[in-house]
Amino acid sequence: MERNQLRRQVALTRQSLFDQGFLDDQFIQLEDLQDDANPNFVEEVVTLYYRDSARLINNIEKALSVYNFLSFPSLLDFLVQQHFYIGAKKVKAECTLFREYCRAGNGEGCTRTFQQIKKEYATLKGKLEAYFQVLFHLMLPLSSLISQ
Amino acid sequence: MMENGFSSPRNDSFPAGLRVLVVDDDPTWLKILEKMLKKCSYEVTTCGLARDALNLLRERKGGYDIVISDVYMPDMDGFKLLEHVGLEMDLPVIMMSVDGETSRVMKGVQHGACDYLLKPIRMKELRNIWQHVFRKKIHEVRDIEILEGIENYQMTTNGSDQYEGGHFVCGEDLTLIKKRKDTESQHDEKDIGDNTSTKKARVVWSVELHQKFVKAVNQIGFDKVGPKKILDLMNVPRLTRENVASHLQKYRLYLSRLQKENDFNNPAGMIKQSDSPLSDSTGNFGSQNSINLQPTDASNGCYGFSGSSLVAHIVDPRIQDGDRKRLVTTPVAEPKRGFTVDAPNPSKPRISQMEFGHPLAPPQSEVNFAKFDFSFRTKYPWCGIPQTQLKQEHNPIHLNDGFSRLPVPKQLSRADYPQPAPAISSAPSLTGRETGCPVKIKPSHNDYSSNANHASSTESAVESCLLQTKTNMTDHQALVPMSSTSSMENQGLNMNCLTDLESSRKNINLGTLPFATLDEDLQVCFVTGDYYMNLGLQNIEVQEYFDPSLLTDVPTHLDDGLRFDYEIYDPTEYSLIDQSLFIG
Repeated sequence: MERNQLRRQVALTRQSLFDQGFLDDQFIQLEDLQDDANPNFVEEVVTLYYRDSARLINNIEKALSVYNFLSFPSLLDFLVQQHFYIGAKKVKAECTLFREYCRAGNGEGCTRTFQQIKKEYATLKGKLEAYFQVLFHLMLPLSSLISQ
Repeated sequence: MMENGFSSPRNDSFPAGLRVLVVDDDPTWLKILEKMLKKCSYEVTTCGLARDALNLLRERKGGYDIVISDVYMPDMDGFKLLEHVGLEMDLPVIMMSVDGETSRVMKGVQHGACDYLLKPIRMKELRNIWQHVFRKKIHEVRDIEILEGIENYQMTTNGSDQYEGGHFVCGEDLTLIKKRKDTESQHDEKDIGDNTSTKKARVVWSVELHQKFVKAVNQIGFDKVGPKKILDLMNVPRLTRENVASHLQKYRLYLSRLQKENDFNNPAGMIKQSDSPLSDSTGNFGSQNSINLQPTDASNGCYGFSGSSLVAHIVDPRIQDGDRKRLVTTPVAEPKRGFTVDAPNPSKPRISQMEFGHPLAPPQSEVNFAKFDFSFRTKYPWCGIPQTQLKQEHNPIHLNDGFSRLPVPKQLSRADYPQPAPAISSAPSLTGRETGCPVKIKPSHNDYSSNANHASSTESAVESCLLQTKTNMTDHQALVPMSSTSSMENQGLNMNCLTDLESSRKNINLGTLPFATLDEDLQVCFVTGDYYMNLGLQNIEVQEYFDPSLLTDVPTHLDDGLRFDYEIYDPTEYSLIDQSLFIG
């Protein structure tokens, strides 16, 4: 019973992530890749994503602080890529917007959008962490339960 | 269709077990892609750096069936890697990127990519990548069928992989060949005797062969050139008109690409060594520009065309381990010669010279460059390309970048060490002089620079240069990171180069050998064609960035070494230059 509740919770959390536009179907692709050989695949990928994108965001922030817009395009590309991989929809949208502002040379727009990126990123991170937590709890019991 | 432990994808269960090499600097994506490919039942190997990928490919010739690479990578432009792979190993390469802009895609295709995928890639797209492998095999079969047919009647079975078509072809070819023999012999003669092995006999355009080719082309006159004429002039047994025709096509593509890309590379361009016969008359590096290494065509392995500026060294895919090493080095500066430490470095000076072909280089350097056979570079896209890649935005000074490439030489010659040292010290000064870093090493160069013994010092120097240049360059390549990594890697690479050079010396197969050894080379070519050009290629890259300014700093004795015995580049020379250049 508890497990059922847990499962439901997991499903709901997961669904809300999609409904609220935090994730898109790329995330589903990731989930599809998960299998017995890599049971924690999604989480592993998301962890990598956190690490890399955090670094990128830092770099962008530094660049922004010195108004080094030149380096943005490439940094942004990387950042956008990251979000693509895991389907971080909102963050991706903000990044795209940010890139446009950069291209247009709109400093203020860049700064503003960047703040948005950070905000969305943090939000998503929190949500994903919560999701994995629940998932983890669900996985705790015998795996046979999961396969049911 | 799954089966485990394929040693070769060409099995009944093909495409399962397809051996894929994935190159991408993004670890997240690498992980995802790896998983996806495994789901397709492919055998996957991942690499975070282009350098590593090239090493892997070279070390395990025939170990991979297809390469998937990102366009943007810190240590080397994906396009460059693409060219290298195409020239050296002649493997199908798929490019991928988040950027789907038409111009990028076009560039990818121009450089020889057999496909260009947009990230994030879907599973279904990956499931079909085997078609590129298959297609290439079929084409290869056609290329070598005649040779095989003549050579080994029995090898018909082996030569063309598992494709039955190949067999049939062989049979027919044999007949045809025989007939031809009776009538015109040229082709026949060339076709025969190739057989070196039962493996796919592919004509590998080694440095020497390519140089011969270029020479012939120049002699005939580029406008009037035709495969038959070239073939006659080249007088290489076992070479067919078809081989020449396809190579000519690639060469043409390469040249046109070069012209567009290397407007400003010219000065620095690869210098062809006038000395070496291979370089032909192009020896002049002054006029040459960037070394554009080989045409994007990946199909044949190496083109080293010597284009006006570039010495088209023929990258000899055949280069087998030992050979490869040589080849690799040779393009740069014959491995045998200057590169290795052991070798007397007459070539060393050459290298520096070569690199300096760049107009900026002091007059003496020009002379030297002529000696330098950059054809070598042409072969390897990575060799010469660095310059282009660098984006010639900067002025010729970027030649420096080319120097950065030189690092390769560094690695080769331990003996060179002392030399480069001074260079290194001068490097900083150069940097000052140059707008860009003299040693600006393109990410790809990093390898080289690091290779050098002094790699550490040079690398840092180079790195700083790179960083500088990087900003100039507008390259989207990741800045910074590469320098550090590259240096490390370069070191490793350098060492390889060194060994390669040395070994290559012994190996005739390396393109560096004079034409006389062509036979051997040709034979070598027949290898699976997965040869990777060894580090020598790397050297080549370095060369491109030959920074004339660096030359001035380079010890004079380097000049002596320039003369080439052969047409082939002496990778050692490059190493020399490298070292000095890389002073980074």
